[in-house]
Amino acid sequence: MNKAIITVVGQDTVGIIARVCTYLSKSNVNVLDISQTIIDGFFNMMMIIDYSDADKDFGTVVDDLEGLGEEIGVRIRCQREEIFTKMHRI
Amino acid sequence: MLNIMEVHETNQMIEQEKLDVRTITMGISLLDCATDDVTTLCDNIYTKITTKAHDLVATGKAIERDYGIPIVNKRITVTPISLVAGNACHTIDDYVAVAHALDRAAKEVGVDLIGGFSALVSKSMTPAENLLIRSLPRVLAETDIVCSSVNVGSTKTGIDMNAVALMGHIVKDVAEATADNDSYGCVKLVVFCNAPDDNPFMAGGFHGVTEGDAVINVGVSGPGVVSRALDEARGKDFEFLCETIKRTAFKITRVGQLVAQEASRRLNVPFGIIDLSLAPTPAVGDSVGEVLEKIGLAQVGGPGTTAALAMLNDQVKKGGIMASSYVGGLSGAFIPVSEDKNMIDAAGSGNLRIEKLEAMTCVCSVGLDMIAIPGDTTASTISGIIADEAAIGMVNQKTTAVRVIPVAGKGVGDSAEFGGLMGYAPIMPVNNSSCEEFVSRGGRIPAPIHSFKN
Repeated sequence: MNKAIITVVGQDTVGIIARVCTYLSKSNVNVLDISQTIIDGFFNMMMIIDYSDADKDFGTVVDDLEGLGEEIGVRIRCQREEIFTKMHRI
Repeated sequence: MLNIMEVHETNQMIEQEKLDVRTITMGISLLDCATDDVTTLCDNIYTKITTKAHDLVATGKAIERDYGIPIVNKRITVTPISLVAGNACHTIDDYVAVAHALDRAAKEVGVDLIGGFSALVSKSMTPAENLLIRSLPRVLAETDIVCSSVNVGSTKTGIDMNAVALMGHIVKDVAEATADNDSYGCVKLVVFCNAPDDNPFMAGGFHGVTEGDAVINVGVSGPGVVSRALDEARGKDFEFLCETIKRTAFKITRVGQLVAQEASRRLNVPFGIIDLSLAPTPAVGDSVGEVLEKIGLAQVGGPGTTAALAMLNDQVKKGGIMASSYVGGLSGAFIPVSEDKNMIDAAGSGNLRIEKLEAMTCVCSVGLDMIAIPGDTTASTISGIIADEAAIGMVNQKTTAVRVIPVAGKGVGDSAEFGGLMGYAPIMPVNNSSCEEFVSRGGRIPAPIHSFKN
């Protein structure tokens, strides 16, 4: 399994999760978990995804999601999971 | 499973607190390039570097994108050129030609800087090493991204005072040769005592002879992250303070370790070390000086600064060392004046003086770094400064270094602009009491008694 973390930060608006999930579904990326909360007044969403069977390379997914974020007006990042697990798990 | 607060914390470090990996540095051995013809030598060097480091920059960028962590610099270190070129270089022109080959190769692969135009003369100089050192004014003026270092002493050998005396003149000559650019050449020149073989940072990095054919070393950063973490330690005791720094250093270093292993795997080059240094930039909020001030100083440079820095340095190491399988390089808090906003301010206000910086170098890496001094400072005074730093390194069994810039045509009250990460600095006053007789004695200072451990 190749896991990555997608984070969405910005003003809450209708359809953010729907548009991200639509893109992931079209790209054959599986969503393992979704959580969301408000931090410092901003909408924060985190998705854990498995991109093992994605139909495009990981770099393209990163760039596409960033572009989608710009369209919606939020910040979308997609990062491989290890940067978080290395920092927060011994 | 990861939770959203942990993910948020990491991304806040990157986006708000300027967490980055300061450099991925590929060390490349040039020992197999040695030959007795300078043209062939230059070709060999160019080919080896452009082959080994062909994918370095692209790989660094791919890792940045995949993990969302900025990797500020991609750099190369090479075997000290005096060891590679001694047989082929018989004139200063020859050494300049080799430097141009390094410059061309580094630009071809797209790295920021290349280090290793170096000589290790801690006991004495060979004629080849002497010639290389004398080529530095032209080398550093004519090339753009070649960095140089000269190791003039060590705990095991003592201090080569002939080299120290020579380097005072060379630093002055480099400053003059690059006078139209605020003596920028001196930014690319470091004089060391106890120089490490695996330093990924510039300008002092070189690929030591104890190293293999190629290696990946990584320098982490993160004063901004430590500074932010210390907001929570305000008013708390030292135990809490130290725990906070250690925890933060651990997290920062784990990111460096991840990047190093990934770069090593993708480039198929062995992983060497993580350098645990806290490296500042001139940006607001990315300052070691600010960290010291948050520990409780009104301004860095005042009483308490050395103790605060000693504690910071120790906690960074204690936190970082468990996060990495191999730690090396310089590994400590850097205090480069022109590269640290709060140090620049403190130097400008007169609170931070060279003598205090010298005391600070006793407890941290690396030395008197990026300090602009008056252009009319004499060569012997610069040699005296170098000798003092080298003595601190020699006696304390640690790396020390001097990277001062006697800015041609400028004096106290002026400031020098080096640009980018190198920053800017007010010209700091220097004690001009003569040490001419001391530095011109010739010979070497013997190794200290505690170096005899066999």
